[in-house]
Amino acid sequence: MAHTDHAHHDDHAHHGPAPGIMRWIKTTNHKDLGTLYLVFAFTMFFIGGLMSLVIRAELFHPGLQFVRPEFFNSMTTLHALVMIFGGVMPAFTGLANWMVPMQIGCSDLALPRVNNWGFWLLPFAFCLLLSTLFMPSGGPAGGWTMYPPLVLQMGEGFPFLIFAIHLMGISSITGAINVAVTILNMRAPGMTLLKMPLFCWTWLITAYLLIATMPVLAGAVTMLLTDRYFGTSFFTASGGGDPVLFQHVFWFFGHPEVYILILPAFGIVSTIIPTFARKTLFGYDSMVYATASIAFLSFIVWAHHMFTVGMPLAGELFFMFSTMLIAVPTGVKVFNWVATMWRGSMSFETPMLFAVAFVFLFTIGGFSGLMLAMAPVDFQYHDTYFVVAHFHYVLVPGAVFSILAGVYYWIPKWTGRMYNEFWGKTHFWLSAIFINVTFFPQHFLGLAGMQRRVPDYAVQFTDFNEISTIGAFGFFLAQFIFIFNMIKCMSKKGVPATDRVWEGAHGLEWTVPSPAPYHTFEVPPYVGDDETQSLHGAAKAH
Amino acid sequence: MQKMLGWARVGALVSCLFGSGSALAYTGAKWNLPEGVTEMSHEVHHLHMFVFWICVVIGIVVFGAMFYSVFAHRKSKGAVAASFHESTLVEIIWTAIPFVILIGMAIPAAATLVKMDDTHNADINIKITGYQWKWQYEYLGEDVSYFSTLAAESNRARQLNSGIDVYTVPNYLVDVDHPLVLPVGKKIRFLITSNDVIHAWWVPAFAVKKDAIPGYINEVWTKIDEPGTFRGVCAELCGRDHGFMPIVVKALPEDEFKAWLAEQKSKGTEVASAAPVAAAPVPAAVAVAAAAPAATEVAAAAPAAAAPAAAGKSKDELLAAGEKVYKTNCIACHQAGGTGMPPTFPPLAGSKVVNGPKDAVIQQVLHGKNMMPPFPQLSNDDIAAVTSYVHSSWGNKGEIVQAGDVAAARK
Repeated sequence: MAHTDHAHHDDHAHHGPAPGIMRWIKTTNHKDLGTLYLVFAFTMFFIGGLMSLVIRAELFHPGLQFVRPEFFNSMTTLHALVMIFGGVMPAFTGLANWMVPMQIGCSDLALPRVNNWGFWLLPFAFCLLLSTLFMPSGGPAGGWTMYPPLVLQMGEGFPFLIFAIHLMGISSITGAINVAVTILNMRAPGMTLLKMPLFCWTWLITAYLLIATMPVLAGAVTMLLTDRYFGTSFFTASGGGDPVLFQHVFWFFGHPEVYILILPAFGIVSTIIPTFARKTLFGYDSMVYATASIAFLSFIVWAHHMFTVGMPLAGELFFMFSTMLIAVPTGVKVFNWVATMWRGSMSFETPMLFAVAFVFLFTIGGFSGLMLAMAPVDFQYHDTYFVVAHFHYVLVPGAVFSILAGVYYWIPKWTGRMYNEFWGKTHFWLSAIFINVTFFPQHFLGLAGMQRRVPDYAVQFTDFNEISTIGAFGFFLAQFIFIFNMIKCMSKKGVPATDRVWEGAHGLEWTVPSPAPYHTFEVPPYVGDDETQSLHGAAKAH
Repeated sequence: MQKMLGWARVGALVSCLFGSGSALAYTGAKWNLPEGVTEMSHEVHHLHMFVFWICVVIGIVVFGAMFYSVFAHRKSKGAVAASFHESTLVEIIWTAIPFVILIGMAIPAAATLVKMDDTHNADINIKITGYQWKWQYEYLGEDVSYFSTLAAESNRARQLNSGIDVYTVPNYLVDVDHPLVLPVGKKIRFLITSNDVIHAWWVPAFAVKKDAIPGYINEVWTKIDEPGTFRGVCAELCGRDHGFMPIVVKALPEDEFKAWLAEQKSKGTEVASAAPVAAAPVPAAVAVAAAAPAATEVAAAAPAAAAPAAAGKSKDELLAAGEKVYKTNCIACHQAGGTGMPPTFPPLAGSKVVNGPKDAVIQQVLHGKNMMPPFPQLSNDDIAAVTSYVHSSWGNKGEIVQAGDVAAARK
């Protein structure tokens, strides 16, 4: 994607990319690594998507038709791990690689070699993880949450699972440190923190969440490893340990992780909506404070994933109230987006369509989240398809739609070519329809009593499962339109893009040529009012 | 309360088009949370509907504004962008209003939670233990205890490529051999724990869901308002057969319950005694066993009376009975052909253990080993039959085992 001529850089010819495959292995260039991250992420989306199709195919009818229960459990477990750690997180890191330096006006990330290492850990991590599928005892089948004692029953693939998680964690931490250090130290003169594009703000906060929580996950899985092989009993009741301790530690990581998966999405949507509404983002400051509030709250709500473990009443009340509080800053963000659209001059190119769908569908996921926050009612929802519907609404039309929106929005800058708008819109409408066909009926399934993580179900759940499966296959197939559209841009076909690309676009990334040269902002730019006023209005840009 | 929204109707239409499996949901609701049959489940249902309608109203307001804007404020319609971009007052308003709404939701939710937490003054105490993959119910102080597993008919139909149409199986996957029998109108306290991994005991009609965790005893209570059959499932992933350990509760009027309980006590804790209202045939019952009082203590050693060694059974009888027991209890892991699923579930065909001394095999059935759960709940006749069956199948050459051998092994 990033392959560009560098004629304008003829005085630094040696700074161009190395030829051949070694370019990609040795590269320390943020644009190359951004491309690698994105290609890797979409490869993982494909693999994780295939796993979801195995799940949906088996669930098309009651009874077991295709796979054994053990393999089915491996599919649900690996689908989650692949999509979270292989798909969404690397995709956001890829977007940060590409866009953070170009948005704050610096030449590269602060730690380019760490950046290279962070990326190249990932293919090894996922080879380790997926290799367990080819072992006689099969892949991890205890759920991505890896609750003991069940996870300790896994066969010889167990250490592979643990070490894969470690590698993913190290990779995420390197990426996070890089983004935080870059944003805090390398902003162009005049780019104060409160003039930064919101994508940088949300990523800065996400980076701190990652740095704070990934070591917690590493600690938790290391304790699993020693419980299994070195005779400790952290989580084994018969040895004086506590299985619930793992859940507390895991969700202390796990809940901030949920926001790691959605805060960058907020940033992307907050960038795209003002562009296509041709109007300044409403409430820039409150968006920043809301994001920070959500990040803070994410550390004190973890046990709402565990309402049924038998916590004391005071604990349940605390986690119920703190969880409900999250609705306040999240609501502020949604209201701000709507207020940005209000009385704008809107046009609906593909990135905007995905961004508007994000606001609509993410909010539906937020509503079900509010319902789940009510502890006494959560006893009914917990571990049912209602929960599955909830988190897929915030993750697929939430996080994934924002990634698609971001790629459509910035790919003209990356490749110098416009994508095909007709096929972009077709991709959007098929995705938006099929994702609802897939996940909306799952609300009903959960309410009517279908539990999660089962390969088979009582016959009265058949109708909704059939609809859901049809939706899943439709959504999967629709994504090929996107892939072909992007490949077309990358292979330099299509209408050349202007430097500004979008009529309403503001920000430093639009001041460089399209396609973006291999090196940008080697001399820090002057950050003028023009490029920041879309964020906070002319009055504030002084 | 079957409040259907517009989209729900659309969904109903679509599902009618699909036309299959229009059976009534076992919870009595197809679209929505069931109202259930306890005071708590009613409260939970009302809370659910309360929050749902709040979300609907907020959704109408927010999405209404958004879609109005999407249609009205278009560049193609000549809309010119306004320049406003912040308002502290507006931000304060739309921070405060949700906060007030949340307080309105939190108060009734907290009140219900407090009520649910009060397990004092229970009339009946039942200990529930989760196993991979079955439930054990103990009526504390009553000396009645038994296991509850997936009904044999469902178990056969749910095997991969079983060839059985699951629509022909009554209550497919939500039927058990021995349901939990409870009285109506009494406060029942459940003490929930687990023997191996974490399970969760869930009956939607009671709004009761609690994790069964090894090393913990969780408390939860219910008071059932009306007699009936209520079905639930294990809600926490517990391994391969997580989807196949349902829960069935039979709620009886108090006098019927007392009669049932007395009957159970008079039989000792004989497992094969089906509840009077049992929904399923008793799969492991061996008709010819009637002659011997196949008393089986679940936890303790069997009484000496259960030693009908002299009676002895023919090999054919044992093998026929053993095949039935095998198909109910063993086939999921060890497979129909005795091939197992190595390395987690070892093959029985050609196994050193199976072809070794019979006592070792009996001991393993009684006490379990590694992943294999113990099966002390099976009667001596059943264990004898299934051991004989395993010994004589798939080329194995082990001995025939009689019930007396098992009784001796239990001591």
